[in-house]
Amino acid sequence: MDLAQEVLGGNRLALARLLTQVENGTPQGLAALEALYPHTGKAQRIGVTGPPGTGKSSLVNQLALHLRRSDSPRRVAILAVDPTSPFTGGAILGDRVRMRDLSGDPGVFIRSMASRGSLGGLAAATSGLAAVLDAAGFDVILIETVGAGQAEVDIARLAHTVLVVEAPGLGDDIQAIKAGILEIADILVINKADQPGVEATERALLGMLQLAHPSPHIFRDERRHHHLPDLEPVGQVSYLPETAAKKAALQVSAQFDDWIPPVQRTVAIEGQGIAELATQIEKHAAHLHSNGGWERREAARLQSELDELLQQALIARWRQETPAAHYEAVLERLTRRMLSPWQAVKELLEGDRL
Amino acid sequence: MGEQKIRVLVAKPGLDGHDRGAKVVARALRDAGMEVIYTGLRQTPEMIAESALQEDVDAVGLSILSGAHMVLVPRVLDLLRTNGQSNVCVFLGGIIPDEDVPQLLALGVSGVYGPGTSTDQIVNDVRRLAADRQAGA
Repeated sequence: MDLAQEVLGGNRLALARLLTQVENGTPQGLAALEALYPHTGKAQRIGVTGPPGTGKSSLVNQLALHLRRSDSPRRVAILAVDPTSPFTGGAILGDRVRMRDLSGDPGVFIRSMASRGSLGGLAAATSGLAAVLDAAGFDVILIETVGAGQAEVDIARLAHTVLVVEAPGLGDDIQAIKAGILEIADILVINKADQPGVEATERALLGMLQLAHPSPHIFRDERRHHHLPDLEPVGQVSYLPETAAKKAALQVSAQFDDWIPPVQRTVAIEGQGIAELATQIEKHAAHLHSNGGWERREAARLQSELDELLQQALIARWRQETPAAHYEAVLERLTRRMLSPWQAVKELLEGDRL
Repeated sequence: MGEQKIRVLVAKPGLDGHDRGAKVVARALRDAGMEVIYTGLRQTPEMIAESALQEDVDAVGLSILSGAHMVLVPRVLDLLRTNGQSNVCVFLGGIIPDEDVPQLLALGVSGVYGPGTSTDQIVNDVRRLAADRQAGA
């Protein structure tokens, strides 16, 4: 029996091995992903991000416990990403230290991942691993990013609901209005809420939310050409010509714009605020389901994954078709400043091959 | 696409609370380019075997200073075997009396590294054994 079939049959060792294959991008891993794809699309993906040391792992531990102890327990998978050393390629993956409460529960599966050079807070393979866990029948996938600062926002593309975890005493109200990590929050969590300074942190976050113009949280990839039709804020759409697309945008955005991220205090190591946080997550999921946001997030994610795969495939094909000597020759002329980088690209894509 | 990394679980079974040695080894393996899953103190053999399975590791390093190695180590080896992971190498550090070493090696432990062992030796041994496992997988 192949790995994909064994995973569908509930074999945990096969699941662990397949996760490795997918993470390493092996042909077997990719073949299994293809076979499993029809079985995906059922799991709820919840992202947990925020600066290092705010208690993300402890919060994930408590959320998973809560989901397991509810009246209708849900099967929970956890993907926990920690950084890879840029110098040695090695990594210490330490998130399990905070998750010992979950051991021995067959309804939980925890997998640690190293970021392996990705800079967006996840690893390149995180989405693939989430797909495998989805196909394996986990109802909820909690995805914990590396300790993130201001720009590690890939989780907004992958998750249905993003929790940004802050703690008292980190930064002021200017930090709170910068673009980036706070902006992607569907729910803001102030963990370690028993620490001094919690009121100031809460004030800064609430102030930020009051300044914000509500916007649909569909991940916008600035590197792409083909954006999904943008959802303009209602006020601006009226300047556009009257089209079906505009009407649709109006309709969707009007329903979209009413989610204001709640601010939830927690003390994860004592389990305080966890039930309330779980309720907020369910409210957000219900909100997305009620207004088409769930499908739009899925579509935006799939489009950006498609574009990435396309880029990889195109560059691989181009490498196959282009003699290395031609590339070296162009590079040589570039470094001697006989060509600009833009001319070099043109030459490599269109010029005569040696 | 991606590449194959050596994944190692470093765990502290038993009740002693000294994890300095485990951290030194974890750091050395990291600096050798491996992915080290560090699970912290007071792990039961069941917890260790479960982590080894979920993380699909190539090797498990156990640090034991409590004297309970002749109970804990066979239990971990048994559980790994039961889970279908008999090809995962298990190595030991900590305080292990010389007279226990032959028996531990006979049980299937790949190496016993007491105080004063060079981290290079541990790294090289793990690298060799993990390569064997990955080639056989």
